[in-house]
Amino acid sequence: MDPVLEITDLKVGVDTGRQVQSVLDGVSLKLTPGKTLGVVGESGCGKSMTALSTMGLLPDRFAVSGGSINLMGEDLLAAKPARMRELRGNAISMIFQEPMTALNPVLTVERQIAEVVELHQGKTGAEAREIALEMLRAVQIPSPEDRLAAYPHELSGGMRQRVMIAIALACRPKVIIADEPTTALDVTVQAQIFRLLRELQEQTETAIMLITHDLGAVAEMADEVAVLYAGKCVESGPVREILSNPSHPYTRGLMACTPRLRLGAAAASAAEEGLGEIPGMVPPLGRFPKACRFAPRCALADARCHAEAPPLVPAGPDHSALCWHTDKMEQVA
Amino acid sequence: MTPLLDVQDLKVHFPLANGSTVHAVDGVSFQVNEGDSFGIVGESGSGKSTTAQALMRLVDPVAGSITLDKHDLGRLEGEALRSLRHMLQMVFQDPYSSLNPWLRAGQAVREPLDLMGLGPARGRDKRVDEMFRAVGLHPDAKRLFPHQFSGGQRQRLCIARAMVTEPRLIVCDEPVSALDVAIQAQILNLLKKLQAEKHLTYVFISHDLAVVQHLCTHVAVMYLGEFVETAPTQELFANAKHPYTWSLMAAALSPDDTTPSTERFTVTGEPPSPINPPKGCRFAGRCPFATDTCRAEKPPVKTFAEGHKVACHYAGELTPPLPELAAHAA
Repeated sequence: MDPVLEITDLKVGVDTGRQVQSVLDGVSLKLTPGKTLGVVGESGCGKSMTALSTMGLLPDRFAVSGGSINLMGEDLLAAKPARMRELRGNAISMIFQEPMTALNPVLTVERQIAEVVELHQGKTGAEAREIALEMLRAVQIPSPEDRLAAYPHELSGGMRQRVMIAIALACRPKVIIADEPTTALDVTVQAQIFRLLRELQEQTETAIMLITHDLGAVAEMADEVAVLYAGKCVESGPVREILSNPSHPYTRGLMACTPRLRLGAAAASAAEEGLGEIPGMVPPLGRFPKACRFAPRCALADARCHAEAPPLVPAGPDHSALCWHTDKMEQVA
Repeated sequence: MTPLLDVQDLKVHFPLANGSTVHAVDGVSFQVNEGDSFGIVGESGSGKSTTAQALMRLVDPVAGSITLDKHDLGRLEGEALRSLRHMLQMVFQDPYSSLNPWLRAGQAVREPLDLMGLGPARGRDKRVDEMFRAVGLHPDAKRLFPHQFSGGQRQRLCIARAMVTEPRLIVCDEPVSALDVAIQAQILNLLKKLQAEKHLTYVFISHDLAVVQHLCTHVAVMYLGEFVETAPTQELFANAKHPYTWSLMAAALSPDDTTPSTERFTVTGEPPSPINPPKGCRFAGRCPFATDTCRAEKPPVKTFAEGHKVACHYAGELTPPLPELAAHAA
């Protein structure tokens, strides 16, 4: 199927006043209707910057310096601000991490949902109210008629995140970018939100970009995965491929760092299981290594890794990794 | 063996302006032996952080007792309480807000020694150097301010500050939940290493069952102010018996798990308010196994092998809805 959103070789920089530092360096991603792309990496790897570039919401002093972002044939980087306003919340919308700060505290739930359909679809009054109610039902908020008049502070974290999803879905967007949508929520509520997103996706064929640092969430939600490290996409492919055959030392490191639950008979051996580590941390902006950016933290790094940028190597069906040593992966963790 | 920490029927209630009461912690009892780590798992609002704060006497219990190495911690005041402070220390969730931004890292770690007058003044700098090395920081970093460290390094500082007084007990309140997964693994491994080296005792608060299984020797699952299930770690994860524990286990996501969520056990709704906790079993409103008995009567605490305690009317009678647990029980 044709991609609904295609990001090609995206480059973003930040102007510090003295120089322009690279934030994203050649990130390419594809979103397909009805499918979820998991974008994985630690803080500072460029996940949120990829999302904000797509939404046209980059902070001050950050600017796109190359590449293209194509939404159903339209180049978003060439779109005028007025056109972006038409698209945002309509064809492409975003779910943020912290629902309390993303919702307007002085507007009711009804107003915040109705606003979107009034603005983008010209609906008014009773019609907009009806859509708001329908959306609250769709996100399974109990007694939705009563909740229309509620303010965000009157709702629990899980309910607030449902309202955010209702706002994001109100115009039936082609693409939803969910930036760590469940990080602020409890695990049982996270399970409910993920289930809800999947059900809604099945009905609407929306493409989802799920930004997360949690490989468990990726296994649960994603069809495709892109792993970002220090502004580069270091590995991408179908989710089963990436999780069963990770072919970049960074992806392998993330897998080894994730504590696993061992239930039933497996609980007996859990105590002996060590937890892997990736030494060091993501380099700050402006300090990205010249050649392989992961080399200083990598167990496989040799002289070439520190001297020459690694090639993109095929690692399986639709699966590729940016590494000199894809053939030596069994030596890592 | 006398436990290092003995908590009996601890209650922490907060009065509200309108006359009602938040039952944050409502009668929890547990013992922790020297060298063990006791994990308390639950969702937000379960009372796990309040329990931690009560152990530190940052909030005052309204009932129950806290005994640390024969000292009646729950009732001590003023100088008597301060003189015991070196024995128990805390590591908080957010390593940034728990460090004074005006203090250099070295001063922050040294401060507890100065305040409590521990050791000769001349030896304290050396002790601070030792702590920096123990947590994997270079002693040169002593002159830096908190904002010059990354999140993981700040948490290392907080751990160094907690350990500098050679405490018997360290209360860790979600010490890794603000950290990225790679940094989380570094800090968990550090906590484990320090515990083995220094024979430390932890009370470890977390919402993450996998983290608790990795680090703790005993686990209590907390819901709405009460412990619903308590057991040694291996026993709990092999033979969990409370439906709420099952729901937490089923909701934990693993990179190895390919079961679609739609086929997994889930509970609906969210925890009710701790202002008016339900009369009978507090989990009954969300429990798919609940009966009229559950809604009317408080469940008794049943004890199984290995000191496994479960507060459920039907503990041991229900078949676990998780395949791994069901296979092990069969």
